[in-house]
Amino acid sequence: MSLTARVGLVFAAALCVVIVLMTFERPPVTTSQQGFRGVAMEQVVNPRTQAVRLAANRVPEALEAADTDGERAREIYENVQVLGELSVAQFGRIMQAMTEWIAPEQGCAYCHNVENMASDEVYTKVVSRRMLQMTRTINVDWTPHVGAAGVTCYTCHRGRPVPAEVWASTILPHNGLQASRGQNHPAPVANLSSLPGEPFTPFLLQDQEIRVISTAAHPNGNPVGTMQTEWTYALMMHMSEGLGVNCTFCHNSRSFANWSTSPPSRLTAWHGIRMVRDINNDYVVPLTPLWAANPRGPAEGPHMPRLGPAGDALKVNCATCHQGANRPFYGAPMLQDYPELNLVSDGPLRAASAAAQ
Amino acid sequence: MAIMTFERKYRVRGGTLVGGDLFDFWIGPFWIGFFGVTTAFFTFLGVGLILMGAAMGGTFNPWLINIAPPDLSYGLRLAPMAEGGLWQAITVCAIGAFVSWTLRQAEISRKLGMGYHIPIAYSVAVFAYITLVVIRPVLMGAWGHGFPYGIFSHLDWVSNVGYQHLHFHYNPAHMLAVTFFFTTTLALSMHGGLVLSALNPAKGEVVKTAEHENTYFRDLIGYSIGTLGIHRLGLFLALSAGFWSAVCIVISGPFWTQGWPEWWGWWLNLPIWNK
Repeated sequence: MSLTARVGLVFAAALCVVIVLMTFERPPVTTSQQGFRGVAMEQVVNPRTQAVRLAANRVPEALEAADTDGERAREIYENVQVLGELSVAQFGRIMQAMTEWIAPEQGCAYCHNVENMASDEVYTKVVSRRMLQMTRTINVDWTPHVGAAGVTCYTCHRGRPVPAEVWASTILPHNGLQASRGQNHPAPVANLSSLPGEPFTPFLLQDQEIRVISTAAHPNGNPVGTMQTEWTYALMMHMSEGLGVNCTFCHNSRSFANWSTSPPSRLTAWHGIRMVRDINNDYVVPLTPLWAANPRGPAEGPHMPRLGPAGDALKVNCATCHQGANRPFYGAPMLQDYPELNLVSDGPLRAASAAAQ
Repeated sequence: MAIMTFERKYRVRGGTLVGGDLFDFWIGPFWIGFFGVTTAFFTFLGVGLILMGAAMGGTFNPWLINIAPPDLSYGLRLAPMAEGGLWQAITVCAIGAFVSWTLRQAEISRKLGMGYHIPIAYSVAVFAYITLVVIRPVLMGAWGHGFPYGIFSHLDWVSNVGYQHLHFHYNPAHMLAVTFFFTTTLALSMHGGLVLSALNPAKGEVVKTAEHENTYFRDLIGYSIGTLGIHRLGLFLALSAGFWSAVCIVISGPFWTQGWPEWWGWWLNLPIWNK
């Protein structure tokens, strides 16, 4: 063998060793079993990675509880539309909490004209009212999904004016003669696979059928095809990643469609999909005119996109709340420390039309 | 078989690894040997335990018999018989029988004065099995990670382990294994087609020789690996398929806990195109 060939071989071998050592994980791993023994329905977790996730999904320390007695907020302050039933102390407490949850750097001025706190001129204040009502709806109407743990503003926001995990429709690139199908390219929402890169519009905004299962052989009028499966697969990959679990958390893969062999968590997820559709259609999308009027955020900042590249709202998916945990904050209850959020009134909002210029 | 005329020529003494002359005898056409005895022992015991498991499991339908490993909570300890202990005992029997058979092949190779190609080739399959039921479970900390013994049940296990990693086709070792399996069948079919064509000429033509076969492939693809080479290639392809199968499952879990597509992030993030 020539010297060049030898050097080349050694180099290639060294490269392989480096790739193997740099790209894999290592034992020990922690596992938890869900189904009957031997069915391989189990969660496999790297405890080193999990420690980082646990640290990133902690509930902040609750503010000191507020006095519920005394005059109501609506009797003291002007233009209180959804938090009027709160005591003045509770009102102050939830305002402080929301500031820390959503705009810790910008403070009150993120939503308020600090010269006139009652004014609705900053659009973010109008948005927050609707978001408060959304939080209340989730906690009251969607207990099959959120259970007693419930949600607060912090579940999604985590100290950011715009939650970290949101989605918007994508603009498909046209490269020469290549068809732009929105797939066959690494899709970050689908674990970097080549599956469709934006499976949310059909399933989390519209209510297209997610379940794909053949009940008859193909030549006999069975319309189900691989293309359709790929969209469902992409959505399911997103759910897995958003929740930090694998497919067997909700399914026995011998039959994905069969409810009787699926773990109960699938039912929770089923409600979650419908909840997300409701949030997007009833709460997020109707606010689009406000964001369209302020596409880079309020005048005071922070200046970051409030709409997607196609001009639609930044919407909600599973990762928005879950952020890599199978239950947000790994099930740590947060709502119980904020009874104020259960007093949000669900009436129509006066300022919504006024602010949508 | 024993009645074949050349059989007597191969009935030679010696070559045993264990037991000396004690088991160096034949029963009908079958050479016994020490490892023949151990193979039979483990096989009868293991099959008996499987039948016992079927009786305990309530079905003798061969598709549905299921002898499952213990719950993960037993870790690497022994489990009660009815809760996975039977699986552990059967696993011991299976490994005992497979390893005995490998060593019996080695003894026969020695007896015949040939190389160890057959026991080495067979041991790759045994290695793949041991990877599934011993190496990977030990690396993951529980016997419960082994696959259940049952026709349908082991298929469910395979499917679910695949979906523990979201999309198993992105497993790099699985890619290699599948490619080797397909290439093995391609090479075997081309080799078989070539040999049968050479040996079964059209009416009135003579049987073709190896040189004719070489010429055919040199015309077709510009290269012929040759009569000896094709068997070396076939062995390499087949053993590689089994070897990478074992690798693809042992890295799933112990060395990668996430979705397999995500593993390719390093490729997508190479500084060549990811600026």
